[in-house]
Amino acid sequence: MRIVETMQKADWPAIISRVVGVAVLVAGVLLAAGLCTAAPQDNSVPSIFDSHSTPADSIRHLSHFVLGITGLIFLVVFSLLSYVVVKFRRRVAHAEREPAQVYGSTQIELAWTIIPILIVVVLFLATARVIHAIQDAPRPAEAVEVTAIGHQFWWEFRYPKLGIVTANELHVPVSDAAYPTPTFLKLLSADTDHSFWVPQLAGKTDLIPNHPNGTWIDPHETGLFLGQCAQFCGTQHAKMLLRVYVDTPEDFNAWVRGQQEPAKRDEKEAAGRHVFETTACLNCHAIIGTNGTGRFGPDLTHLMSRRTIASGAAENSAQNLRLWIQNPDAIKPGSLMPAMKLSDADLDALVRYLETLQ
Amino acid sequence: MSSDVLAIQNAEAASRPWVETLHEWVTTVDHKRLGILYILYALVFLVIGGIEATIIRIQLMRPHNDFVSPQVFNRMFTMHGTTMIFFVAMPILFGFANYLVPLMIGARDMAFPRLNAFGFWLTALGGFLLYFSFVGGSGLYGAGSAPDVGWFAYAPLTSRAFSVGHSADYWTIALLVSGFGSISTAINIIATILCMRCPGMKLSRMPLLAWLNLVMAGMVILAVSPLTAAQIMLSIDRYLGGHFFDTQAGGSATLWMHFFWIFGHPEVYVLIIPAFAFASEIIPVFSRKPIFGYPVMVAATICIGFIGLSVWAHHMFTIGMNSYANSFFVFTTMAIAVPTGIKIFNWLGTMWGGKIQFKTPMLFCIGFLLQFLIAGLTGVMMSVAPFDWQLGNSYFVVAHFHYVIVGGILFCLFGAFYYWFPKITGRLLNETLGKLHFWLFAIGFHLTFDSMHIPGLLGMPRRIYTYEPGRGWEIWNLIETIGVFVQGIATLIFVANLVLSYFNGPKAGNDPWDAWTLEWSVSSPPPVYNFASIPTVASRRPLWDLKHPEDPDSHYE
Repeated sequence: MRIVETMQKADWPAIISRVVGVAVLVAGVLLAAGLCTAAPQDNSVPSIFDSHSTPADSIRHLSHFVLGITGLIFLVVFSLLSYVVVKFRRRVAHAEREPAQVYGSTQIELAWTIIPILIVVVLFLATARVIHAIQDAPRPAEAVEVTAIGHQFWWEFRYPKLGIVTANELHVPVSDAAYPTPTFLKLLSADTDHSFWVPQLAGKTDLIPNHPNGTWIDPHETGLFLGQCAQFCGTQHAKMLLRVYVDTPEDFNAWVRGQQEPAKRDEKEAAGRHVFETTACLNCHAIIGTNGTGRFGPDLTHLMSRRTIASGAAENSAQNLRLWIQNPDAIKPGSLMPAMKLSDADLDALVRYLETLQ
Repeated sequence: MSSDVLAIQNAEAASRPWVETLHEWVTTVDHKRLGILYILYALVFLVIGGIEATIIRIQLMRPHNDFVSPQVFNRMFTMHGTTMIFFVAMPILFGFANYLVPLMIGARDMAFPRLNAFGFWLTALGGFLLYFSFVGGSGLYGAGSAPDVGWFAYAPLTSRAFSVGHSADYWTIALLVSGFGSISTAINIIATILCMRCPGMKLSRMPLLAWLNLVMAGMVILAVSPLTAAQIMLSIDRYLGGHFFDTQAGGSATLWMHFFWIFGHPEVYVLIIPAFAFASEIIPVFSRKPIFGYPVMVAATICIGFIGLSVWAHHMFTIGMNSYANSFFVFTTMAIAVPTGIKIFNWLGTMWGGKIQFKTPMLFCIGFLLQFLIAGLTGVMMSVAPFDWQLGNSYFVVAHFHYVIVGGILFCLFGAFYYWFPKITGRLLNETLGKLHFWLFAIGFHLTFDSMHIPGLLGMPRRIYTYEPGRGWEIWNLIETIGVFVQGIATLIFVANLVLSYFNGPKAGNDPWDAWTLEWSVSSPPPVYNFASIPTVASRRPLWDLKHPEDPDSHYE
């Protein structure tokens, strides 16, 4: 049949390699376009290329350089491979004779050794510069200091100079290039290894028990930036989420003042407070102004100032709060919060009380 | 003469009870049979590891999926990684080394046949122990079952406080046991290559496969020992009151990381170097030219072996080493890209000016060249420590190492199967099914692992059983899962090809590929004694010399 004959005579390797080549090119263009447009303005996509802070910017600039070099190398070698596969394929007419048996070439091999060595030298110098710029950055006096303590499976944030203890949602002031107010974080862990990763603000740094680490961010736009734990820490590693609120200086100061107050005392909800103070809750949780001084779980003094609970696993609503206390496994199976086994009346009163903790 | 022996063997086989055949295989010390046992063992675990991967990918297909619980998911990725490295990749490569090295150097067996058997059975026991964890193990709240601490099992997650029950112990002991098996085989390979080459086969005339397995074996001894030590230290922590890694008592979590990665990095070179060996044998034969730059290929491999022992902390760029330590490891990691890149150029140089035959082994090697190039370049990206502070522990890393292991090592392994199956069984694998296997697998591979780089760039960490919607990760995860099914179908086609061709494939004869190394001079399958008389060689391609007496290699090299 004509079709079969045409198919048999067709130069399949050439056709296939041309198709593959075009496919790769198209894929590459789509990929580049996808990545460039992947970051909508609302920061919902935590792309490493959508940097909003000095260390993340430095990394992004370096990455452009690296991608440029590796992209060039890829194009050169891929073109060579495609050329070789098409040009030197066995053609039936000349099938019987073996080609020239070439064993090597000192000049060519020298060239393709020296050029990569030079590329390595350039890349190394560019990299070492950025490593020092980020890791050995001086800490200005106006820097905000935060101690982050990783727990299974939530984040404790303390501001030692401001007398604040909070959890999971970090507030920092925006930093102006003219008058920088970066935030320097000391990173500790209460149990296993964790890693603090908010891609738009900085590269990740691990929180390792018995091994204090540090990192810093210098955000130059306000907004909410998303991240999560990036070192496997146990069952609920996946839901150890991070929310970093970069505030204007006024908003940040207002937040600080709110956090420095002890818990609001609303006598209407004394029953709920009584439940908190007389059950096991206070073994793990602290609410300043009550008997609760537990440190195993998050500080609840200003619970309602946070948008989420369970380290980002659920929205902070009355319904979710109730579910979380009654049956944490429904929201975050494997978390270390126990089901409190309260009566419905106690649970309702407790939730109403917690809702007053602005 | 050898066919008479085979006829006698087959006639005897037909009348022997199956128990006797089983007994023969279980007690064999013949390197060819042990090689086959290693390979079959690894193929079984390849399917099991593949199922674990499929479960992972189904769970991650969409956000907040509930295909498996987080506890089961964490066991799946731990077992998938541990299985694939220790009970698929290492055994299958040891299997090919076992089968091919004596044949290619003109020897009748390995230097220590009984040690050979011992090494295999230790590895087999390790795999059995690891999988027994699913049914064995007791502990608080029934918290036995398979290990769930990740294949690198960072401390202090593995301490008794955080890993209750015995699941972590199954991981520890399985690796301890199979580690001794690996060291045994490595010693055997080194002794065989150094002491049992046939007359005329100076080291500089040895096939590249032998050279590369020699370097691999040296690295196994240097790399597996720290892992073995770490397992013992962890067991001392867990049961004998030790505190090496117990941070609550002043121990060091980073100490575990150093011990693990000083094993873990050379380990990946242990895996890739035999894959390079396959490519270095297949590409010349199907380009009809000798390997371009043999001496530099050897030198580059030895360089990789040495430099590979100095790069380990590039897995630890985020743990808080100071800038000088980080810079050192950046430098060594970039340095190792040089000899590795050179090898790609040499393979291209081999194909240049050749007459390339696109048989299935060569198709897989061409796929390897493209994919290893990309994998190497993403590796260079991560050698840039600040870039790694973003890319590390994300799906970009997962994409990178699967690109190396699946796109590089597995592709070369498939090529090796198609190339040497005729020698091992006497029958050719079906070429049409082979090409179908190649194209389908390549499509599935690229669907999954090209896509996988993107969620990493968009902030998706690894080892998470679910993720939040709206971060731009969903579509890529879905595509990755689809690709897994395509690869699964391709693998089933491969297994079908193996089975069908074993029984019905066309007879291969001694030398179906018109190749040049000594294994093609004996019958397919080889007689139990390999060579009727030990050959003498005068060049790197003894069969080229025999087939081209007017123009032998010995005149030029």
